[in-house]
Amino acid sequence: MARVIVEVMLKPEIHDPQGEAVLSASHRLGFGTVTSVRQGKRFELELDGPADGAALGAVEELARELLANPVIEEFSLRPAD
Amino acid sequence: MRIGVVTFPGSLDDTDAARAVRYAGAEPVPLWHADRDLRGVDAVVLPGGFSYGDYLRCGAIARFSPVMGELVPAARAGLPVLGICNGFQILCEAHLLPGALTRNAGLRFITRDVRLTVENAGTAWTSGYTSGQQLFVPLKSGEGAYAADEATLDELEASGRVVVRYDGAAPNGTARGIAGICDESGNVVGLMPHPEHAIDALTGPSPDGLGFFTSVVATFAGALR
Repeated sequence: MARVIVEVMLKPEIHDPQGEAVLSASHRLGFGTVTSVRQGKRFELELDGPADGAALGAVEELARELLANPVIEEFSLRPAD
Repeated sequence: MRIGVVTFPGSLDDTDAARAVRYAGAEPVPLWHADRDLRGVDAVVLPGGFSYGDYLRCGAIARFSPVMGELVPAARAGLPVLGICNGFQILCEAHLLPGALTRNAGLRFITRDVRLTVENAGTAWTSGYTSGQQLFVPLKSGEGAYAADEATLDELEASGRVVVRYDGAAPNGTARGIAGICDESGNVVGLMPHPEHAIDALTGPSPDGLGFFTSVVATFAGALR
């Protein structure tokens, strides 16, 4: 069994009001050095079999089809340590 | 005319959509998300709500439901489809419409009657309006800010595919004031505000929304003639 991590973030040009809300809460808590927050999603997938090229290719397809919306989001994936 | 209204787990406005269809003189036909069957309807409404709990992204799971497997090719072949609120989100996720709906700029869920201007009175769902006509209908959504890249927005504007726009400052931070758009053919229309909640003075802020439903009935009658 292999594990693969997929991380999904809004594209830089897409407004992230949730990240902004977290930023302003950070400042209210006194963490004034924080200058920007972007909020994303992390998926942990468990696969039958090894995380070889074919398996990672399938996960990439899944990420493009379902986990991320390429219109507004970008994603990265890697085998878990 | 028979107009299908799809119910997904989490749909809220299917009853009002069916009522609007009836008011417009058509027969509402309930369609179920898990059925691979459009029951021979002449048009389809995807109603508002929170299909599949809005898990992952609004509309992202609904897109892969069995009924959508039938609806997507039918819409591409010319079946009129109206997506309202969550239905608009589903149409974007299914790539029947470009772009995506993102979280409201102010993070608040907005429930308010809003003024819209009809920009394209040539679609299957807006032919009964006149270009420039003002509508007063409810908006109730948390993720109603339309987003697309600049090239797509320019293309939508240049080809007249912005169907309705908010009057004045958009309440949710939507790109270029866009409240609703259509596909190249004008058969598939999606909008965030709720015309089905504004079909008579007793239950809505105006009867302005009924025109979406009477338009498609007239379009259908014209096609039969």
